Amino acid sequence: MKLIVDIQKQLPHYDLEVSFTVERQTLGILGSSGSGKSMTLRCIAGIEIPTRGTIVLNERILYDSHQGTNLPSRDRQVGFLFQNYALFPHLTVAQNIAYGLKKLSQNAVKRYVTLQLEQLKLKGLGDRYPHQLSGGQQQRVALARALAPKPDVLLLDEPFSALDTHLRSKLEKQLLKTLSNYKGLTLFVSHNLEEAYRVCQKLLVLDQGKVVAAGNKQAIFGRPSTLAVAQLTGCKNYARIQPLDHHTIYALDWNCTLQTADSVSSFHTHIGIRAHQITFLDILNQHHTQPNTFSAWVVWTSETPHRMTIYLKLGKPPTDTDDYHIEAEVFKEKWERLKDRPMPWFIGLDTSRLLLLRQ
Amino acid sequence: MIWQPLILSLQVTVLASPMIFIVGLSVGIFLARKQFPGQIFVSTLFNLPLVLPPSVVGYFLLLALGRGSPVKEWLGIDLLFTWQAGAIASTVVALPLMVESTRAAIANVNPELEAAARTLGSTEWEVLRRITIPTAYRGILAGFGLSVARGLGEFGATLMVAGNIPGRTQTLPLAIYDAVQMQRYGLANVMVLIMTTIALVLLWWVRQLEAQQSQSQQQQPVENNHHETHRRYSKTAPPLRSRS
Repeated sequence: MKLIVDIQKQLPHYDLEVSFTVERQTLGILGSSGSGKSMTLRCIAGIEIPTRGTIVLNERILYDSHQGTNLPSRDRQVGFLFQNYALFPHLTVAQNIAYGLKKLSQNAVKRYVTLQLEQLKLKGLGDRYPHQLSGGQQQRVALARALAPKPDVLLLDEPFSALDTHLRSKLEKQLLKTLSNYKGLTLFVSHNLEEAYRVCQKLLVLDQGKVVAAGNKQAIFGRPSTLAVAQLTGCKNYARIQPLDHHTIYALDWNCTLQTADSVSSFHTHIGIRAHQITFLDILNQHHTQPNTFSAWVVWTSETPHRMTIYLKLGKPPTDTDDYHIEAEVFKEKWERLKDRPMPWFIGLDTSRLLLLRQ
Repeated sequence: MIWQPLILSLQVTVLASPMIFIVGLSVGIFLARKQFPGQIFVSTLFNLPLVLPPSVVGYFLLLALGRGSPVKEWLGIDLLFTWQAGAIASTVVALPLMVESTRAAIANVNPELEAAARTLGSTEWEVLRRITIPTAYRGILAGFGLSVARGLGEFGATLMVAGNIPGRTQTLPLAIYDAVQMQRYGLANVMVLIMTTIALVLLWWVRQLEAQQSQSQQQQPVENNHHETHRRYSKTAPPLRSRS
């Protein structure tokens, strides 16, 4: 199983330029909306035609602009799970699932559909119409329909985006189970970092139609090398930097000098740190022995059910609520212990947590 | 006296309806799905009978069917002043409603559905037959109902190409005109009542279909850029959107 994609497509706002190879594992394509991730899937499925390039699936040429090959969707053996599922509204659940099963006898089709309905916990719903199902059930029907013709590659276009949050984790589990039985390749498009991280081993990060990072998810999330990837993987704090020596920089936007564990190169332009990796030092322990310890004032806070986001200003008290340098994220329990401390607080930007980034 | 025009009207409708359906559906699908140079010109041409005076449409039909036309000279078929010519006049006049309704209904079909069918192995013809037309069928039928009602009431163009020959080409609308001319109001009243009833029933059915169509489209959010044209033709009978 091998899919090679190397395509370019001119779009109104930017040019899509994607190239990657997938073998066996599930590849996650991560990017903000409008970054070209859905378009990439549509090009692979033959719904859209690239301007140039090649798409090769298991040595079958699906698209090649040099040879003038452009296999129609129907001959590509590509399964597509659409964002809104695109279930056929005039067909029953059973008919929807059976739609792509052509070469089988009527009895075989019936058996297959019954088995699928059972496996997807949709037993007894075969005669319903799509609009009579819940969102989660619709998604499972769409998945069963896409997998029925045994496609070589399965393309999932934001499969959870139309669902309520509480349904997502349940369906995600179910999807992972279904995918573990599936022999082909899977491409999973998402703008949700955590979801992509959980579902896929390898990630491809797109920004403005270009691949900005590709590889193992741990590497991409742990050590993002560019500002765009850091932002896309959820890093909240950045500052422009001026290198001072091999392990020291001056952070222009934060007005402070920082030591780094990694060595600084001339191509590094920014420094970043994730919001949950900022440490709050105990008052008793404020001897400034650790590097990168700064006094900080709380500018304002924002509350979510389990966490607190704290906006901090380094070095001196803030002038207004927009005057902050860093946002930190802590669990509520921690916040309870922190909140009554007198200003200024002391925070640490751990040298090994600091991310040196390129533009 | 009343049966002859009624039967003739039905005869004309029975012949005109399949022509309206087949030609209107094909042209509507073609205009909705194919991009080609001169598209605006073609769609304008098919809309022309809607705004032209019936006598002008009738005149064009005389040219198309009469002496010197391919139909007469090459095929040797003389259609003028037969009820079949009346059916052709009905078809031409009713066609714009069918073409526009079909085009709007087809253009409203969610393109994702068709894309999904293609990835599942369907040819273009299968997509049209199994997905596009079944999803749009209410809109198509509504257009058909509207066109049949319009064709049934055709007067001017029919008069020009089929004449007003009692028992041979005199349909109900023409018979009503004659009855009023001869001041036979009793007869006119009966025929007017029949015409109005048929028109009411057809339009009621069309509204019903439109309401169902808009309901099923609320379940399936789609882009609809052709709504404007659709609304334009609904002016004769403004769309009734059920909000229940």
